[in-house]
Amino acid sequence: MRNVYLDNAATTMVRQEVIDAMIPAFSTYYGNPSSLHEYAREAAKLVDDARADVAAIIGAKPEEIVFTAGGSESDNMALRGAVAANKKKGKHVITTAIEHHAVLYTLQAMEREGIAELTILPVDEFGLVTAKQVAEAIREDTVLVSIMFANNEVGTIEPIAEIGKICRDKGVLFHTDAVQATGHVPIDVVGMNIDLLSISAHKFHGPKGVGVLYIRKGVRIPSLIIGGGQERKRRAGTENVPGIVGLAAALKLANEHMQENAVRVGALRDKLMKGIAERIPDVKLNGHPTKRLPNNVNYSIRYIEGESILLMLDLNGIAASSGSACTSGSLDPSHVLLAMGLPHEIAHGSLRLTLSEFTTEEEIDYVLDLLPQIVQRLRDMSPLYPKKK
Amino acid sequence: MYTEKVMDHFKNPRNVGEIENASGVGTVGNAKCGDIMQIFLDIDENEIIRDVKFKTFGCGAAVATSSMATEMIKGKSVNEALKITNAAVVEALEGLPPQKIHCSVLAEEAVKAAIEDYMKKKAEAGAKGATD
Repeated sequence: MRNVYLDNAATTMVRQEVIDAMIPAFSTYYGNPSSLHEYAREAAKLVDDARADVAAIIGAKPEEIVFTAGGSESDNMALRGAVAANKKKGKHVITTAIEHHAVLYTLQAMEREGIAELTILPVDEFGLVTAKQVAEAIREDTVLVSIMFANNEVGTIEPIAEIGKICRDKGVLFHTDAVQATGHVPIDVVGMNIDLLSISAHKFHGPKGVGVLYIRKGVRIPSLIIGGGQERKRRAGTENVPGIVGLAAALKLANEHMQENAVRVGALRDKLMKGIAERIPDVKLNGHPTKRLPNNVNYSIRYIEGESILLMLDLNGIAASSGSACTSGSLDPSHVLLAMGLPHEIAHGSLRLTLSEFTTEEEIDYVLDLLPQIVQRLRDMSPLYPKKK
Repeated sequence: MYTEKVMDHFKNPRNVGEIENASGVGTVGNAKCGDIMQIFLDIDENEIIRDVKFKTFGCGAAVATSSMATEMIKGKSVNEALKITNAAVVEALEGLPPQKIHCSVLAEEAVKAAIEDYMKKKAEAGAKGATD
């Protein structure tokens, strides 16, 4: 049996070059960067170099980069920090209905705590929000706009530069969760007027448990984790030196190969999208047809349920993902698909296949060969499937 | 996440299909929640379930509980089938994850709904016979 990994939006394989780069930080340069000896200086230099590399890639200054324990921490820190630092101005926050739970649940928790008041913008059928919607929602007491760069489920890329411009013009802080976008599409925090940006290493072939919060110079974000004075007193805790080194190494490689990957992976994605549409009747593409991440395919397959598709794919060595309720642990399917206007029963039948630069054409052919058989088998079992006359 | 028994019933579901002119049909659940189960019964004059088929829209547990429930009632009397509980289905499957217990409840309800349908049809036929 083959093994085909098409769940790269969930996490990616750590590439060998990254592992090689990390090893010395475990076994040779293992000093605590805050100590006062040669071991410490070497470790501190690794962290400094990584910081400079990450900053250069997103168009930031090294002192604007804060290393965190991942995308969720970066989101929590940005949202709680921005609101806490701007209490005098107000507590109104604007976001969208399709954010990752690290943003949406954090903001909803803040609303329950009484420290934030939310406007959750709807999206269109493709998962897009417009700069105009943002402009119309901004009020005198708006302190923060948080809109994801690209959606994790359907891959839709939001008009970040336009939204950034509106926010800057109106003097409102702009945070973007760029966890799915970083390393896959170009990011320029200056040109896009981004004040706060979240990154997670394991989405671009780096290690898990390490991320970045970019904080534009002049934007005050208090610490979320209190303790030592690491990260210019913005994030306490001994630096995850191997993780930070791995993040920077992975981002450098992703950035160097971004264009060629976008072309090659994009072509495979198009083949997969086209193949599914041609070979399986009654499917619906979720997300924007063109404004989408080069590695994301998401279809709703009518009359069947997502978890069953995943189990059947898994039995055949294919790793994929779904927005069905059964995969979310609740009775509701994906909030993203529902926000895009999909009826429940169609949202339950969603299948997400996310590629990486390590995906081969053979693997895509294997999926295209197998998926129609799996779908037919499940449809034959489904009371919703119209009987053939 | 699933036991071997559940995966066995998911991979090779027993009694999939429909019965034409079934003695009773039960449909439970709804597409909104992501599970629909349909059970078809063929019941003979001695009230024995001669044949049973199912169709299910739902997750792996939904398919497995439907399959197991049909296996448990096949060849049983209607009264015996009515006594089958969701807990018995779960036990026969050697367990289900907590968030999937509702699937076994649906399986029990589907069997009961199909038997109710049979009873209703029988009563109607009886009433019709009496007035003819």
